[in-house]
Order: sequence, then structure tokens, then C-alpha cells
Amino acid sequence: MLHTFELDGEYLALDVNSGALHVLTKLAYDICGKLESPLGEKPPVELFELGYPKEEVELAYGELYSLFEQNLLFSPDFVVTMPDNQKMPLKALCLHVAHDCNMRCGYCFADTGEYCGKRELMTPETGMKAIDFLIESSGHIKNLEVDFFGGEPLMALDTVKIVTEYGKSRASQVGKSINFTLTTNGALLDDETIEYLDREMYNLVLSVDGRKSVNDNMRRFPGGGSTYEKIIPAFQKLAKTREENGTSYYVRGTFTAKNLDFSEDVFHLSDLGFGEISVEPVALDESHPLALKDEMLPRIFEEYEKLAIGLVKRIEQGEHINFFHFIVDLEAGPCVYKRVKGCGAGCEYIAVTPSGDLYPCHQFAGMEDYRLGNIYSGFNDSAKPLRKRFENANIYTKPECGKCFAKFFCGGGCAAAGVKYAGGEIENNYKIGCELERKRLECALYLQAKTSSGN
Amino acid sequence: MKNIKTINKKTYSDTTFAGCGECRSSCQSACKTSCTVANQLCENKKRLEKTADTVTVR
Repeated sequence: MLHTFELDGEYLALDVNSGALHVLTKLAYDICGKLESPLGEKPPVELFELGYPKEEVELAYGELYSLFEQNLLFSPDFVVTMPDNQKMPLKALCLHVAHDCNMRCGYCFADTGEYCGKRELMTPETGMKAIDFLIESSGHIKNLEVDFFGGEPLMALDTVKIVTEYGKSRASQVGKSINFTLTTNGALLDDETIEYLDREMYNLVLSVDGRKSVNDNMRRFPGGGSTYEKIIPAFQKLAKTREENGTSYYVRGTFTAKNLDFSEDVFHLSDLGFGEISVEPVALDESHPLALKDEMLPRIFEEYEKLAIGLVKRIEQGEHINFFHFIVDLEAGPCVYKRVKGCGAGCEYIAVTPSGDLYPCHQFAGMEDYRLGNIYSGFNDSAKPLRKRFENANIYTKPECGKCFAKFFCGGGCAAAGVKYAGGEIENNYKIGCELERKRLECALYLQAKTSSGN
Repeated sequence: MKNIKTINKKTYSDTTFAGCGECRSSCQSACKTSCTVANQLCENKKRLEKTADTVTVR
């Protein structure tokens, strides 16, 4: 399978089954549009009807044929036999230390922190039990992860501190390590907390939507008031420290139907000094007033292109700016196993609620049909078929993925989006999510082509 | 080549037989800042050099 596209005057070809990315002349691009696999040694006669000189067509075709022979163009499809369950043990927890929040965001998927349940914080005991569960379930895997999530996890900072200390100690005792991450809205960040988080967390996700008007329209305190004014100085301090230390963080925003000009939010965050930026499409039922809809796709595609072109300019001017969804590593990216199954929910990755209930991921928390067990009693036997379905969901078993050019970069999409927005099954594809994934990949590849050496 | 510049030197065939599981668990949900596997890095960074018996380096 070959995917060709044009963006900002660049003609690009992604050979889907090898991952090879080619920058083409307009002639080679036009020829590719006429070709079908397998290629023959001689150019098909219809290529000479494209309006280019015969010798030029023969030269370009010869070059394309050479790539075909090297399995870099129209390379053959392949099927990866996924590792058996023994090779995919649990390795990551989403630890919901707070089912409560001190903001009221317009697009919150978590029912303003309650997750359709009650407002509660996780006790340190439950958090430590979750650490034990993770380590005992992790088999041969040495690199483990725990993400403190909510609600707002800093509302349970005592639990965060105790669980982090316990987790690092327990992991080292058994020759493993746990990378702790935390996602925060920033409302409770003070100097002491910033110092703690910078010291103890492997990665930090800092939630802010961009421009003040956009942010404050969506991300509100319960009693009103600008969250932007409160959080930006703290986020800037934290980000500066992380950049100086070379440690990970992201400022992370959401765009909705109300700010389809979201490239302005990305550039605003960049202008505030943030180098690691993620601004992502909201995922909501189409009946929601903030939801992205099919008819908005051309506008969103245009905005992604504008963002990609703008990023190239800023990078060329020496600015440090990484837009998370345009990052691809064509040389040392994930192995094919990882590419075949992106979502680890229900097998590699489990969410734990404050009461210790286990769910396939944070998106399912509070959905009784998807409760897999409890941290104190383990996985329910009755949940085995469901866990098996999660394990089996990958680009080969999801019907829509097979024909998609982005499949080895996407990994199959979000199971929860399939359940919530695409007909109720984890194997279903959320159409808007897929469309945006494909567009983002084109932009990411364009960025690679523009910023790679020699171009 | 006059008409084609290939950006990457390695392709999937170079990594097909990895699968050690030590990489970050990826979440595809928008709210977790993932939505893709492509921006993840291989934790087993040395495999390309060390495992020439199982991995073809172009």
C-alpha cells in the first residue's frame, strides 16, 4: 500500500508496509498516482499520457522501480503474530487518586471528577496496594509506569507522596523501576509542590488550553474567575525547570468546536515559553455543543496544515517547539508489535479508582459493565472474556484498520472512543478520531521531510 | 536519485522481531496525550546494534 499526498508544495509518498517516506518531484508523484503493485521493469504505457517528456518519465519510473525492488515502495503486506499473554503482562497503572476536581471544565469526560460516582480521594493504603498489584502482575517487564490522575491528583498530594516513595522503594527491591507521571490542572501548584513534582516525577502533563479567552471559556473554577491567570506562572516556572534539567513535561490543551483556530493556541503556548506542547481534539458525543463534527473536518485539516507550516518556520528560526502529535521517529520508533496494538487498555494498562476498583482505562472508570475487579480481590473471573477482547483488539482485528495508511503509526485507536462514540464496541473505530489521526500523520511526515537534513 | 529523496534509512523490517515490552504503555485516548504510537520511542535502544542475529540492519 502506498499513500501519496501533497502539502505546502511538498510531494510525499509513505510506503505503508515498510514505513519508508519519500519526497518526490511532481513528476514522480504523478506517476505514483497511476501505479499499482506489483511494478514491472518497464513503465506502463499510460504514464506517457501524463504530459511529461518520454525520457523524463522513463528516468523517474526507473527510480521508482529501484525502490520497489528494495521493498521501499509497494512493499509486501505482512502479518505480525502478537505475543502471547505471557509477553504482555500489566505494566502501567492509571491511579485515580482523586475523584474530585477544583475546576469545572466544559468538556470534562469525568463528570467534573466524580466519574458518575461520588467525590472521593484514594487512601495511601489503596495506592500502595495498587503498587503491589502492579509489581506482582508485571512478569518480566522491568520498566513500569504509574500515572497519577483524577479529577485533580494534587487534591490527594499526601497519597501521591506516600505512594511514590513506596513504589520506588518496592520496585528497586525487585530490580524494577517505576516511572511516575502526574497530570495536573495547576490550581494547587505552589513552590513547594513544584519542587516536589520536579524531583519525583518522570513526566508531568500540565493542562492549559492556550489563549486566555479560550482557556478561561472552558477551564473554570467552580465559582468563576480566570484559571489562566492562576496557572500560567506556575506552569512557566515548572516548565523552565524541566527544560533546564532535560526532564519531560507537556503543556496539554484541548480544542473543541469553539476554537477550530487552535493553531493560534499552540503558538500562544509557544510564545509563553513552553517548548513541549500538545493540543488535542476533544472527544465527545456528537450531540454535545462542543463536539467536533464531520462537517468541521475540512476546517480542522486546514488548521493542522497551517500549524505544520508554522512549526517549520519557527523551527527554521531556531525556536524549540515540539508539537506532540506531529512527532514521529522514523529511525528508532516503536517496534512492529507496538505499532500493531497501540492501546494497552485492559491488559498492559489498568485504571484504579479511589475505592480500588479496576477498569480497562480511565475512560471506562465508573462504567459498571467494564469493571474488571478490585485491587484487594484481583481480577474477577467473570471479566476474563472482556479482558481477552481488549487483548485481541489490534489493527488486524479492527475491521476499519486494515485499509488505513496510518495504521502502523496509529496502532488502532482508542477502545473507549469505540464504545462511547462509535456504536458501543471496543473494536469499532471512532470516525472523526481516525480522520484526524490520518491528517496529523500527513502533517508529521511533512514536518519530517522539511526538517530532515539535506532538504 | 533525481526524482526521489528517501528520508529514513531504517524501515519496519529492521525492527520486526523486537517486542520486548519495555516501552511505555501507550494510551490512545486524547485526554492522556497519546493518540498515536508513532511518537513513542523504543526503550530497547541498543537492540539495533546488539541483536544483529534477529534484526536486519539496512
